[in-house]
Amino acid sequence: MPDKTDKKTATLSPSAPPPAALDNADSNSEVTRRSFFSWLSIGWIAFVAATGGFFTMMLRFFFPNVLFEPVQTFRAGFPDDYQAGQVDLRWKAKFGTWIVRNDEGIYALSTVCTHLGCTPNWLNAEQKFKCPCHGSGFRKTGINFEGPAPRPLERFRIILADDGQIVIDKTKKYQQEKGQWSDPEAFLKV
Amino acid sequence: MSEKKGLLQRLAEGQIWTSIFRGGGTPKSRRQRMMVVLNSVFLHLHPVRLPKHAVKLKFTWCMGGLSFFIFLILTISGILLMFYYRPTIEYAYTDIIDLAEQVPFGIMREIHRWGAHAMVITVWLHMFRVFMTGSYKPPREFNWAIGVILLLLTLLLSFTGYLLPWDQLAIWAIAVGSNMARATPFLGSEGPGAALLAIGDINFVTVASDVRFALIGGRFLGEATLLRFYVLHCIGLPFIIMIFMAVHFWRIRKDGGISTPV
Repeated sequence: MPDKTDKKTATLSPSAPPPAALDNADSNSEVTRRSFFSWLSIGWIAFVAATGGFFTMMLRFFFPNVLFEPVQTFRAGFPDDYQAGQVDLRWKAKFGTWIVRNDEGIYALSTVCTHLGCTPNWLNAEQKFKCPCHGSGFRKTGINFEGPAPRPLERFRIILADDGQIVIDKTKKYQQEKGQWSDPEAFLKV
Repeated sequence: MSEKKGLLQRLAEGQIWTSIFRGGGTPKSRRQRMMVVLNSVFLHLHPVRLPKHAVKLKFTWCMGGLSFFIFLILTISGILLMFYYRPTIEYAYTDIIDLAEQVPFGIMREIHRWGAHAMVITVWLHMFRVFMTGSYKPPREFNWAIGVILLLLTLLLSFTGYLLPWDQLAIWAIAVGSNMARATPFLGSEGPGAALLAIGDINFVTVASDVRFALIGGRFLGEATLLRFYVLHCIGLPFIIMIFMAVHFWRIRKDGGISTPV
């Protein structure tokens, strides 16, 4: 703001400022139109910045840094604990995982239906997963074949720990429709 | 007539009465009666005088008034339930059982539940009536928009209240409902456009940072979800809906009173 005032007087008359400008400079107590608008702008900018900052804080407040959620990685015992051709239900309630063993190896299926997130049931007689909510059906591999589910069940990362136990890591998911089931950690060869 | 003033008349002329109800004693003229309405914060939301057709049940169905009446019942019964209900996974379900079976007048919980169903029905019927009578037309188009927001808030109150009993019905309803939030454009991790908000391999909209995460307070339904829905249901949404209701009622008067049958 002082820059602008100087500039104006300078352009008007470099050698001798007009008496009106002198008067203005002398009477500090008087609020000029220019300084009023400057302070008004500063006030508004400060107000908008403070309000914007507060709303940003409010938004960020809803995304906590620490989550008190169940552990996402667990040890599921040894490969010999699982029989070939069986869908194992022992981790369904606690970790939301079906462990299936076939002739070649073991994979871990998510129990979350890909339609709207309910938990299907394994029907051994019919050899399929059937969702009670809207009737989606999945084969033992996890491939969807009936009902509204748009894609196969997801598989979790499955690896062997140093002590020979199976480790299931639920933070990493593999989707068949993206070609991720061929990933070496989506299937444990035994 | 005796000259001695009766007790009621002396009360009406006393300082206590006149300081609360301005206008100088019993209203006798039309103007005085009008001032009584205008000087009351509660009454002034309503029109001073009603046209005869405005109280015709055949035209209004009284669905707006009923919706507000049920809202008051829900507020009172809801506050009463809050004295017993604890929004934690450990206690939520058993507190509902306790409310229904052990607490005196356990019907309070049923009143709240059935009242909630009833309010959703009356709000829809109110909207249907307003539509069929053409009452959304100018100059009332702004109040229609306010009404649509009120409908949305009613449904959100219903949705958040649904989870609180923490039974199978509640959890699966919210599981399905919150999974839909994944598909929100740009803001949901599986929604259209979410992949665009990324720099290189770093996605900004992920399972741990999308709109569903903010809604349920985590990646999975749990303790945080229950608490968030409880606060929204008991404080957040009622606060917002009351502001919009005040505007809605006041605008009826400002838009020229209730609409007239053709």
